[in-house]
Amino acid sequence: MADATLNVPIVPAVRSAGYWQNVGARLVRDKTAMAAAAVLILLTLAAIFAPLIAPMDPLEGRLINRLRPIGTEGHLLGTDELGRDMLSRLIWGGRLSLLMGVTPVVLAFIFGSAIGIIAGYAGGWTNTLIMRTVDVFYAFPSVLLAVALSGALGAGLGNALLSLTVVFIPPIARVAESVTTRLRSSDFIEAARASGAGAFTIVRVHVLGNVLGPIFVYATSLIAVSMILASGLSFLGLGVRPPNPEWGLMLNTLRTAIYVQPWVAALPGAMIFMVSISFNLLSDGLRSAMEVRQ
Amino acid sequence: MLGYSLRRIIYTAPVLLGVSVVCFALVHISPGDPLISILPADASVELQERLRVLYGFDRSLPEQFILWLGRALQGDLGTSIATGRPVTTEVMRAVSNTLMLASVATVIGFVLGCFFGFVAGYFSNSPLDKAASAAAVFGVSVPHYWLGMVLVIIFSAQLGWLPAAGAGPGGSSQWRFDMEHLRYMILPAITMSVIPMGIIARTVRALVAEILAQEFVIGLRARGLSEFGVFMHVVKNAAPTALAVMGVQLGYLLGGSILIETVFSWPGTGMLLNSAIFQRDLPLLQGTILVLAMFFVVLNLLVDILQSALDPRIKR
Repeated sequence: MADATLNVPIVPAVRSAGYWQNVGARLVRDKTAMAAAAVLILLTLAAIFAPLIAPMDPLEGRLINRLRPIGTEGHLLGTDELGRDMLSRLIWGGRLSLLMGVTPVVLAFIFGSAIGIIAGYAGGWTNTLIMRTVDVFYAFPSVLLAVALSGALGAGLGNALLSLTVVFIPPIARVAESVTTRLRSSDFIEAARASGAGAFTIVRVHVLGNVLGPIFVYATSLIAVSMILASGLSFLGLGVRPPNPEWGLMLNTLRTAIYVQPWVAALPGAMIFMVSISFNLLSDGLRSAMEVRQ
Repeated sequence: MLGYSLRRIIYTAPVLLGVSVVCFALVHISPGDPLISILPADASVELQERLRVLYGFDRSLPEQFILWLGRALQGDLGTSIATGRPVTTEVMRAVSNTLMLASVATVIGFVLGCFFGFVAGYFSNSPLDKAASAAAVFGVSVPHYWLGMVLVIIFSAQLGWLPAAGAGPGGSSQWRFDMEHLRYMILPAITMSVIPMGIIARTVRALVAEILAQEFVIGLRARGLSEFGVFMHVVKNAAPTALAVMGVQLGYLLGGSILIETVFSWPGTGMLLNSAIFQRDLPLLQGTILVLAMFFVVLNLLVDILQSALDPRIKR
């Protein structure tokens, strides 16, 4: 072992700035990914500045105006079952929908990476204990686990976010564990250990910089699923509560209107679809730009 | 092969135990007294205590778990609070409907997914690949509950060709194989098939591209084998993985049918879960989830074993 560490090429612990510049340059040349990014940025900006750009109050409607078709004067995208302006509700709805879709993946990225890196770096019994526990949660289909947890905890935004975070931790932890385990036996980690670096320093300096990239790419591919699931929970009545505008919930309350104003009723779902396909295309672009193979 | 299967089965036992712990815990993470939904609002303290003892809620959690698991292993999942019928009866009746729907959807998804995947992989980077890959991205990105609604709008509300909800005429709660029932299945099955279609198409595309780049393919072509002969070799090499993905997808559809069943009022496990949640029928919720999760774990086990039997290269 000592012999081997003498003549290993020193791999830089943190990839040089040139690597990320390359990834960025490749991503910018990818037209599909850039279009997807543009859509996402636009929708996010619209959600952030909803109070400024939404033409009407998303919560106030007049029943006399209910279920107007798309293109009605004063209501560009029609009105919903309580006479509220659809365009305004869709713009405002982006706030909760995007928040509910992205937050669980961000939280799961933090906790899942931590769990996976600890398991992968520690190895042995710690690894077995952690990963077998993760396997138990991985043994549930994701929709079922999300519904089971939020069904037991009760409806509400917080419980829905918690359930979705629990759903996404196991897959991320698995990826983090396998990347870390592979890295752990590489020569430059051995070299760092041989030169007396402590476990914490090795993880901070050598491991994190090398494993977070692949985990990040994997996590971005989960955002689309998370969007669909989060709005799905609201669609089932397990997420956001009325009258708050959220795309999944709007889709649910408009279901009764499909015989009266079908295309108005379908609008919130089109928004979910647009966001989820954009996240998928952007994630695909990022993966090929980083040349990470799954 | 036998050794691998045995190891795989032994490894599954602790996972199953863990799954049952999670299902057991569901009742206890839910806020409030687990008795609350069966007690009348004006129940006396004595009645509350008697019920607590009757349901075993007075014992310690590990004791409760062992009693619950023991009964579950004998097929007793408790009594539904809402209907008063045994949970096992309710779940088994619903499972057959969901299994029927999910199987048909998986087969449709597999056929379409393989078609798109092979086209995309064979004509890599051509316009054909672009179109087939777009279909795959559509499949993995579309919120299927919304797709279901859109199909109902087009084929039920507008055209009036197909029924919008239910499993059969007159609110039939049991699916049967006849033309009338088949019509009810078309829309939910197509909606459900979109997810496995997308995932299988992506997998097969990557597989085909990878196989075609291997040296033995060049060898086959150099020996003058017809393009059809090469194609058969590719199929043979891609089949074990594609079939494995199909098996796992069936499990996901079984467990994740709640959204589609809600849209189409399909009387399966998803509808059962939905009503269990909104009536706070915790035994029914717990039992349904336990059965579905067990299905998923056992199905994954079978897929792994079958895959290693089909593909002798896998020696894990």
